Amino acid sequence: MPISKEEVTKIVSLSNLALTPEETESFSVQLAGIVAYIDQLNELDTANVKAWQQRSAGEAATSFASREDRIEPSLGTEAALSNAPDPDMGHFRVPRVIGG
Amino acid sequence: MTTNLTIDELHKLYASGDARPSEITRAVLERIEQTNERLNTFITINKDAALKQAQAADADIKDALTNKPLAGIPVAVKDNMCTTGLRTTCGSRILGNFIPPYTATAVAKLEAAGAIIIGKTNLDEFAMGSSNENSAFGAVRNPVNEDYVSGGSSGGSAVAVAADLCSVSLGSDTGGSIRQPASFCGVVGLKPTYGRVSRYGLVAFGSSLDQIGPFGKTVRDVARTLGVIAGRDRYDSTSSDEAVPNYLNALTGDIKGLRVGVPPECFGEGLNAEVKTAVEAAIKKLEERGAEIVEITLPHSKYVVAVYYLIATAEASSNLARFDGVRYGYRSETAKTLAEMYPHSRNEGFGAEVKRRIMLGTFALSSGYYDAYYEKAQRVRTMLCNDFAEAFQKCDVIATPTAPTPAFKLGEKVNDPLAMYLDDIYTVTINLIGVPAISVPCGFSSTGLPIGLQLIGNHFDEGRLLNTACA
Repeated sequence: MPISKEEVTKIVSLSNLALTPEETESFSVQLAGIVAYIDQLNELDTANVKAWQQRSAGEAATSFASREDRIEPSLGTEAALSNAPDPDMGHFRVPRVIGG
Repeated sequence: MTTNLTIDELHKLYASGDARPSEITRAVLERIEQTNERLNTFITINKDAALKQAQAADADIKDALTNKPLAGIPVAVKDNMCTTGLRTTCGSRILGNFIPPYTATAVAKLEAAGAIIIGKTNLDEFAMGSSNENSAFGAVRNPVNEDYVSGGSSGGSAVAVAADLCSVSLGSDTGGSIRQPASFCGVVGLKPTYGRVSRYGLVAFGSSLDQIGPFGKTVRDVARTLGVIAGRDRYDSTSSDEAVPNYLNALTGDIKGLRVGVPPECFGEGLNAEVKTAVEAAIKKLEERGAEIVEITLPHSKYVVAVYYLIATAEASSNLARFDGVRYGYRSETAKTLAEMYPHSRNEGFGAEVKRRIMLGTFALSSGYYDAYYEKAQRVRTMLCNDFAEAFQKCDVIATPTAPTPAFKLGEKVNDPLAMYLDDIYTVTINLIGVPAISVPCGFSSTGLPIGLQLIGNHFDEGRLLNTACA
């Protein structure tokens, strides 16, 4: 299935990206090529095959254990904010949300 | 002071008093400083902390040798594993100044075992790439021939070992990112079973595929390091509580009666002739040492790259949604509103390959395409698992090439993402199935570039796999 430029624009928006027209152009061509390659999967009949699930592969059979829900020490405000681009009085500050 | 030593050789020097951890660490750091401008192996060098740690190790090194398996050993860590207080960039502009407030479990285990973390190695941005050319910090060069790529995405970790900048290093492998650069640089690289090593603190790419593993000059060093980092971790619910054996004890070198499966599908079209010859010669050698060669079939091999690039990108598009410029990482200066801030920060912070994969994954998961792409890929993944389960009825270990060619030239495939993806044809299946696999050097091309043999084991059968690799 070829992938149209309109579809690429939609994907860009769903991906929360903001591409330039040149980027959109080159990604459209590349994605179309990759999707065309991927379409060879249609040669396979998978009607009676179950989708893969983590546990079905036999690995890590004893994992996925649940644990008791106990409150434990966490990072704390200072460390949690230490990498924030714009921290302010114990909060993450962001640009204007409403209007504009 | 020489820097090209294995763990056993260093420990011998420490035991006899002929060298101390601080002397070795200083020599290693000097060599990194001499070579880094050219090879671009490290993004961050942990010089002061490493020297301090090494000096502290000098005092009780003889005691430490008895109970710490990596006592005084300089180790490099791929820059997508969190290290408290030490910058962790993922090779991305979006995390260019990120200083983690916690340490990845695998790295904490290295430190507890006496290792000295000398720095954070270069990688393809967010571990997405097969040549290390996608790093925001520039490509890594192959020390065997500097016009060639190191492989990726753990290119820096492979080169750190190959260029004698450390004895062992850690990488991560989502579709071949340990094994392929190991093959290109002529070192040993192991991707353990999914769940064998905790992923806590490893920046997520494809969560059902990612696994941390070691690089080394020898299988023995890799086995020792795996023993240190393996095991259940309560901070990673997918880590397994399967007991961790002493992998060094498994290295007997005796492979009499071992059944080695060879799938003809991996030796056909697209395989470089010199790689084929070298890998076949290595398989012949296994036979001479007593292994039985069995022909097996992996009938869906031609579909693996398609399946992988749907599942890996779908998981990546979800995992990378967290980079929004709010809590950490890069924030665009140009955005005036919140609605602009997300896409602008992501667009300015991510490189082209990361954007490409986020978009492909978003497409595969989007309404209207989910069934035809993501769901389809997960069904074919089940078929691949069945192929391998059947193959492992007939053999104990599977042998294939690690990569279809030796290292390629820098710039050769940059503009052709699909050609780059096809380089992963022998490695990606292993992550889809979750089994362990190792790349070991098995020869050179006529131009002197290393060639790797990939050996694949069954789930949690790392002991037998490592023993085959050292035979």
